[in-house]
Amino acid sequence: MAVVSREAQVSRAPIVRVSVNRILLWVVGLGVAALVVWRIAGTAARGLYGPDIWIMQTLNGLVQGSMYALVALGYTMVYGILLMINFAHGEIFMIGAMAGYFVLNGFHQSGLLASDPVLALLLTFVVGMGVPPIVGVLLERIAYRPLRRAPRLVPLICAIGASFFLQQAVRLLFGIRTKVYPTVAVLSGSWTVNVGGRDLRIQHMSALIIVITIILMVALYLLVRKTKIGKAMRAVAEDKEAAALMGIDVDWVIMITFAIGSALAGAAGVMWGLWYKQVIHTVGFIPGIKAFTSAVLGGIGNIPGAMMGGLFLGFVEAIAPTALDISTQLKDVISFGLLVIVLIFRPSGILGEVLSGKKA
Amino acid sequence: MKKWFVVVLIVTLALMLLPWGVLAAPPGQEGKIYTLGPRETLSLIAAREYGNVLAYPAIVYYNNLAAQTNPQLTKITDPNAVKPGDVILLPTADQVKAYLAGERVGPAKGDAPPDDLWGVVTIGPGEPVRIGFAAALSGAGVDVLGLDEKRGAELAVADRPTLAGHPVELVVEDDLCSGEGGTAVANKFVADPTIVAVVGNMCSSSSIPASDIYEKAGYTMVSPSSTAVAFTARGLRSANRVCWSDAIQGPAAAKFVYEKLGIRKVATIHDGSPYGEGLVNAFAEGFKALGGEVVAQEAVSVGDTDMRPVLTKISVTGPELIYFGGFVAEGAFLASQRVDVGIEKVIFMGADGIKADDFIKAAGAAAEGAYASAADLATAGPGVNAFLAKYEATYGEKPPAPFHLHAYDAVNVIMDAIYASAVQGPDGTLWIGREALNRAIRATSGYQGLSGVITCQPNGDCGTGTVAMSKVVNGQWVPAE
Repeated sequence: MAVVSREAQVSRAPIVRVSVNRILLWVVGLGVAALVVWRIAGTAARGLYGPDIWIMQTLNGLVQGSMYALVALGYTMVYGILLMINFAHGEIFMIGAMAGYFVLNGFHQSGLLASDPVLALLLTFVVGMGVPPIVGVLLERIAYRPLRRAPRLVPLICAIGASFFLQQAVRLLFGIRTKVYPTVAVLSGSWTVNVGGRDLRIQHMSALIIVITIILMVALYLLVRKTKIGKAMRAVAEDKEAAALMGIDVDWVIMITFAIGSALAGAAGVMWGLWYKQVIHTVGFIPGIKAFTSAVLGGIGNIPGAMMGGLFLGFVEAIAPTALDISTQLKDVISFGLLVIVLIFRPSGILGEVLSGKKA
Repeated sequence: MKKWFVVVLIVTLALMLLPWGVLAAPPGQEGKIYTLGPRETLSLIAAREYGNVLAYPAIVYYNNLAAQTNPQLTKITDPNAVKPGDVILLPTADQVKAYLAGERVGPAKGDAPPDDLWGVVTIGPGEPVRIGFAAALSGAGVDVLGLDEKRGAELAVADRPTLAGHPVELVVEDDLCSGEGGTAVANKFVADPTIVAVVGNMCSSSSIPASDIYEKAGYTMVSPSSTAVAFTARGLRSANRVCWSDAIQGPAAAKFVYEKLGIRKVATIHDGSPYGEGLVNAFAEGFKALGGEVVAQEAVSVGDTDMRPVLTKISVTGPELIYFGGFVAEGAFLASQRVDVGIEKVIFMGADGIKADDFIKAAGAAAEGAYASAADLATAGPGVNAFLAKYEATYGEKPPAPFHLHAYDAVNVIMDAIYASAVQGPDGTLWIGREALNRAIRATSGYQGLSGVITCQPNGDCGTGTVAMSKVVNGQWVPAE
């Protein structure tokens, strides 16, 4: 009996400390939640915004979030397999946007965009999704593979360097002037829906972006879950050495992972160009940071988590300034604050699994 | 002996008869004193006396130089506002010719470097006079403004390639239009003792932090385009500009919106930069003072691309016009995305930060009907047309942004001040006292630049305050009235 009670005494102290931390965190969390509810209630009480505004903001957020999600997938897949953050991924996105610009602008000048817009757009997406994988695979081969056995910080620093290199290379090759995507007539229209007596305008382009994103996400999910290469990717993510022992070509799988992630980022880049029009060599920086945030938010290394994290971040960015009735300038504060709050309660992200010691 | 004595006496007398006074007089005092008659302008006199209308800045220059020592002369602070009865000095034809070729009176001759509180730049024989230049040469939406300023400065150096026998060199740095970039460039320049003065920075975001560094190091900056009120409002001697302050631009735009466009409800958006925020506040205050209503005051961040949320939020307040303080990229996003959220009937208006061709290119059809305020080129000085022709011939395009003339003037103001303040040794060595140079720049008065008349106020505001409104019509910026 005496032995048991001493054990209980020994183990009580850490339990108490943990719960004090947890209580503090819960107090902070509930405080923030109360603040948010109070602000939202205040906005609702003022009744300034009708349902059309909320639908509009949700749609704005979903479109923005779709692009974040596609870029976030690249971060999360590479992390899942190599346990490294590929900080040059934002630049891969930028290269996709640039490649798309040159193709679409070429079609615009040759007249193909006017005569056969569907074919022109299809080819733009093919090139926009085709060039980034080449860069991504080269990046892996030249910058990351030689460092695979180095301490984890080394490839991370190398990735930051690669990011600068790619950005400045594009700047020197294609100039510093902002490039403007030509207007695509078939996509520039909109549907008008009547909501609560007010006209709501839904852009064709926004529908296209959401549809393409869903198609790509479903395709990725099927690829990872139902195909042989997907199985190999999951095996490598689980344990590289064991996968190699089972006869899986680990280098090949890593290359494929980089290629797929880059293609998704390229698709997001082309959509970014079509949606926002202006493209420049620094265009990848902010979406890269936001997509990384999305990946962490959803649980880095987790594919559905990245999808969800991206959509969630886009949604919050669009709707929070209106809902909380604060300046739009603070939307980044809100999204990064949200990240902090989520990580306090779920350190491995919303959908993140509890990581084994090796991965964490 | 007697004969010798007589010869010496005669020679002495003859020498005394020579016009020694002319030789001993300070340089610039030759020429003739003239009293202006009724309805006489400086350009009329220039045309009559020198056969060249464009020679009148030379009259201003020599007159103001002489007026420093001759109280009889009237100092000209605005060449376009001389009065009958003003007593002015008309320079000789040779002086006018030298002025138009880019030469100025000075530097003073000396054997030793002058004493100067802030230190002396020594430029050995044949060494270049190095003038720093800082603007954003990369970065979405600001690169084009910086490129345009750089070209303006380069053309100024091309027009006056030498200064007192020394080649002039422009040291160009990219400050990214950010505070960090501005301080990095400033630290680089102050670490280089051969940099005489700095043309820049372009953005107020860079100029304001940079000016603190220049102030400590005793460097003088002349900004072509930092219009934020705060730039010259801190009592710094380093900070000077040849453009106007937004305390002028904001209310001028408000008056235009209220009186000319007849608009009573506006929303304002700024990009969080000191320039954007200061401008929008000046606009909003001016608009409220006139009796208008500011229904929403919003802000975005530099680098934001998705403006639909903020525009959706603004749309419910029902403004008739959106006034934006910021640069091309964010301006174009706002203008084009306002169509997507269904408020394309709301007029979009910006300022000099968006008045570039890239804005029209980026915003496409949505740019049509947008307004912007910028420097009034109708009051611009002589030689603008010749400058524009040279610009197009050199760079193969029309100026894509509004501040090339100001950059050209900033370089010239610095060069003129070097002439006025430097000391030149017998072997051609040029000594430039930094404090003396600063005083000379601050003493600039009635200088007829390409952008207008440049007269420095005690706070460092040297530019003219005429603002003109432009509008996008058929994909071109055209005067709004």
